[in-house]
Amino acid sequence: MENSEKTEVVLLACGSFNPITNMHLRLFELAKDYMNGTGKYRVIKGIISPVGDAYKKKGLIPAHHRVIMAELATKNSKWVEVDTWESLQNEWVETAKVLRHHQEKLEASNSDNQQDSPSLERSGRKRKWTEQREDFSQKKPPQPKMKGMPEVKLLCGADFLESFGIPNLWKSEDIAQIVGGYGLICITRAGNDAQKFIYESDVLWKHRSNIHLVNEWITNDISSTKIRRALRRGQSIRYLVPDLVQEYIEKHNLYSSESEDRNAGVILAPLERNTAEAKS
Amino acid sequence: MKSRIPVVLLACGSFNPITNMHLRLFEVARDHLHQTGVYQVIAGIISPVNDKYGKKDLTAAQHRVAMARLALQTSDWIRVDPWESEQAQWMETVKVLRHHHSELLRSLPQTEGPGDKPVSPAPAAVPELKLLCGADVLKTFQIPGLWRDAHVQEIVEKFGLVCVGRAGHDPEEYILKSPILRKYQHNIHLAREPVQNDISATYVRRALGQGQSVKYLLPDSVITYIKDHKLYTND
Repeated sequence: MENSEKTEVVLLACGSFNPITNMHLRLFELAKDYMNGTGKYRVIKGIISPVGDAYKKKGLIPAHHRVIMAELATKNSKWVEVDTWESLQNEWVETAKVLRHHQEKLEASNSDNQQDSPSLERSGRKRKWTEQREDFSQKKPPQPKMKGMPEVKLLCGADFLESFGIPNLWKSEDIAQIVGGYGLICITRAGNDAQKFIYESDVLWKHRSNIHLVNEWITNDISSTKIRRALRRGQSIRYLVPDLVQEYIEKHNLYSSESEDRNAGVILAPLERNTAEAKS
Repeated sequence: MKSRIPVVLLACGSFNPITNMHLRLFEVARDHLHQTGVYQVIAGIISPVNDKYGKKDLTAAQHRVAMARLALQTSDWIRVDPWESEQAQWMETVKVLRHHHSELLRSLPQTEGPGDKPVSPAPAAVPELKLLCGADVLKTFQIPGLWRDAHVQEIVEKFGLVCVGRAGHDPEEYILKSPILRKYQHNIHLAREPVQNDISATYVRRALGQGQSVKYLLPDSVITYIKDHKLYTND
């Protein structure tokens, strides 16, 4: 069967989802069509992982609301789901660690499924997995994936890719791990900005075969920032977010000028952590 | 509160198929008119064009009307009206406006005055019917032979226009260039969509033909309808 030769892919989107919009949901649809269209991959699942409150972004409302909205938004999706692990951590978690968590979880569940099987090939696989675990704990750069195991890849918009260039926002080893060890699917506007950005970065250039740029042919400018602004101004957000999300926002009166002031003047967790590490 | 002028918004077009962008036009226009403090939008009407319009790839009106109806199931103020699509011929937009205007007047409550004389309703209660369109329609007014000047004049003079443009575009220019539009510019309301959103029905049809996902670009109920009726397949 043709499908068995394809690499199974799980798409992971990290972000604030404050609130989730139709644009976030489109990223998944575009990425899935693109990856399946290469003939090499088969997207089996999408995961939305809202960031924890310790991220300290300005205007970030409590994670439980953001998680519920994402769950409401994906209610009618057969393949995209919400995972709360990241949002439930007390500390902010680096994206590379979130990817690792989901890759390990996938591998653990795959090996659980195969535990009863007496097949030699499968127990061999399991041993390999144990070795990988050790590698992870030694914080080595990620290793090639086991054959036949689904691969977790990070799904993002073009602004995410460009955020790699912001000083102290990312640790360089984390960038290398994300693009080298897992891979990136980046939805970009028609145009070459993302390609240029990759070209101008040595680490991204090195791992360019692991970065999939997907063109979005219709401009979709729905950002959470604009949604919050419209809400503060009493303007309609209908048809920009799923109806259930809009109802939830209204019912709980989630976004106001007060909520926009949350974390005002507070340093973003990654900047705080990475700046401290750079100094020590 | 000062009594506001009630407004009904009418959108004409192919709706082939209806997308979230069409629905946004209504939301943005309503917000804009409400913020003037002068108007109260009481209803929105979607009027899919007649099959005789002869546009390439135009799916049968019966389907376009059904899809619009599904898309509007969850709206408490916008409805679809099949009248235009049910006529024997294609007709000019101004005639569609005239029809809906007379329908509006007819549906006004006829209060019985003293002495059994029907009293005409208070002027403030007469809703204004305005044509809702994207800013690109303003541009088409300039295309020679597409619109009759008398019709453009009637639209802006008698009814009024609500145009939704994107931030960054300049519909004022189209108005200033046209003597008719300029003369009646007080009847032309320019609303800005704060969120750029280029979902065109053409794009949606192409994606459907290529077997790609259009989820979140149009309501789920419309996507299901398209699949069930095998619309917009490439063959």
